[in-house]
Amino acid sequence: MTSKDAEVLNGILTRSASPWMDGSGELGSVVISSRVRLARNLEDVPFPHLLSENDASAVMEKVFEAARNIGEKGFGGPVISISLDKIPPLDCQVLVEKHLISPQHAQGKAGQGLVLRHDEAAAIMVNEEDHLRIQVLRSGLELEEAWVLASGIDDLFEQNLDYAYDERIGYLTCCPTNVGTGIRASVMVHLPALAVANETSRVLTAVNKIGLVVRGLYGEGTEGQGNVFQISNQITLGQTEKEIIENLSLVVRQVVTEEVKVREMLYRNHRVEVEDRVFRALGILSNARKITSDEAIRLWSDLRLGVELSMIPRLEIKDVNEILVLSRPNFVQKFFGTALTAQERDIRRAELIRKHLASRGV
Amino acid sequence: MMCEECGKAPATVHIERIINGRKMTMHLCRDCAQRSGLMTLGMLFQPSFSINSLMSAFLGSQLEALPATGPGAEGPRCPVCGMSYRDFARVGRLGCSRCYQVFEDRLEPLLRRIHGSDTHVGKAPAGAGEKARMRRQLEDLRKQLSRAVSDEAYEEAAKIRDRIKEVEAKLRGNPA
Repeated sequence: MTSKDAEVLNGILTRSASPWMDGSGELGSVVISSRVRLARNLEDVPFPHLLSENDASAVMEKVFEAARNIGEKGFGGPVISISLDKIPPLDCQVLVEKHLISPQHAQGKAGQGLVLRHDEAAAIMVNEEDHLRIQVLRSGLELEEAWVLASGIDDLFEQNLDYAYDERIGYLTCCPTNVGTGIRASVMVHLPALAVANETSRVLTAVNKIGLVVRGLYGEGTEGQGNVFQISNQITLGQTEKEIIENLSLVVRQVVTEEVKVREMLYRNHRVEVEDRVFRALGILSNARKITSDEAIRLWSDLRLGVELSMIPRLEIKDVNEILVLSRPNFVQKFFGTALTAQERDIRRAELIRKHLASRGV
Repeated sequence: MMCEECGKAPATVHIERIINGRKMTMHLCRDCAQRSGLMTLGMLFQPSFSINSLMSAFLGSQLEALPATGPGAEGPRCPVCGMSYRDFARVGRLGCSRCYQVFEDRLEPLLRRIHGSDTHVGKAPAGAGEKARMRRQLEDLRKQLSRAVSDEAYEEAAKIRDRIKEVEAKLRGNPA
């Protein structure tokens, strides 16, 4: 990595604003973001879990070279290529917290790589479970747009690499659950009103029954945190990418309709209670001297609901979303450039959030 | 076992509670468990439909069907990565793209089970059509070759062999 690239990476790791979390895009008051991921592999090269360190590094170099050929134009913006075993473990963890790589991809193994657009809108994991995982992220419900860019990047990689593809069963992936299109489309939604009304599990169980999967904000096991859920497809074979995306969009729209209905009802019938909850959250977040990440996320959800209902004119959704990143334990340490104990982190986290809100005039 | 609460549906949720040092176990159906308020959000979202669990169940039964010892115990083996079918069934991940060909017969029912389909209908790489055509041509030529050999038409067989080499070279991307 050149020193210029290192500087770009450092910028990404220490900034709390991500363009794909700026509150823009369709249904941005409920839908945080959309993601499309394509799994691709090289023909007749063992999948990453069977590759030696040397062979994995050779695959990574090949993909990095392809990325150089694709260039700024192909990715839709400038990119950096990172060997993840050459950067500090803390940096990898911040990439996980920013949803740019998976936890499995942050183990610092030789040959694990990342091609990352400067604005974080596209991130290609190299040698995760598959040789390539092309990811595109967008703010709001914009799966179609994400798919178009991911597919375009995919076309350009294909010109540079020999993909493993079978006429009958499509793109060949390490796990048979991804074979065919190799696509995982996923939408992150914020459902605070459904939670208040105790309706979350009813709605999400229905979503699961039609073959979609629901996970929490930071993956499995974090269900309910911040009332944020990720809804994604499971089936990748026998349906076109367009069908998969349209089906998911349709379901998300229905979930959004339910959430909005309850929000309106709450605001109509329990306005004081809602306002009380929102402004208490604002009060604590803008004044606390010590705060855990769990508490911060809980209050974040209330605060975001207030902004979604236009209760706090000075705050925009993108300002609130930044608090999610500011709250993460590794981000706090990266930002202050030093390892911190849990207690110190709570103090620094409170400080970061306080200053952030003050800079927005609240 | 049926649900202790409604007695109408099978009990699929088992909750253990320790109250004042006494352990109590409840066996409930999903609906009653949800109504009981004892389940956390995380428990409720144990996906009832997960293709990962469908796959593990399927692979588990295939593992049992393999002989425990002897020559057939490992199942077929992939020539590129060396993975055996037993290895795959144990970890649920294949070793390389060639495995799909080697284990084709066993993977097809698996794919139908987890995806409800065994045929891709989405995007294809731009170069895929040409390559597929060449692969089909190669298969044809190989059949012709074995026919020629069994007919003892050696001159014909030599010609076919040259054609096979040509197509193979093209497939590898370096035309002879």
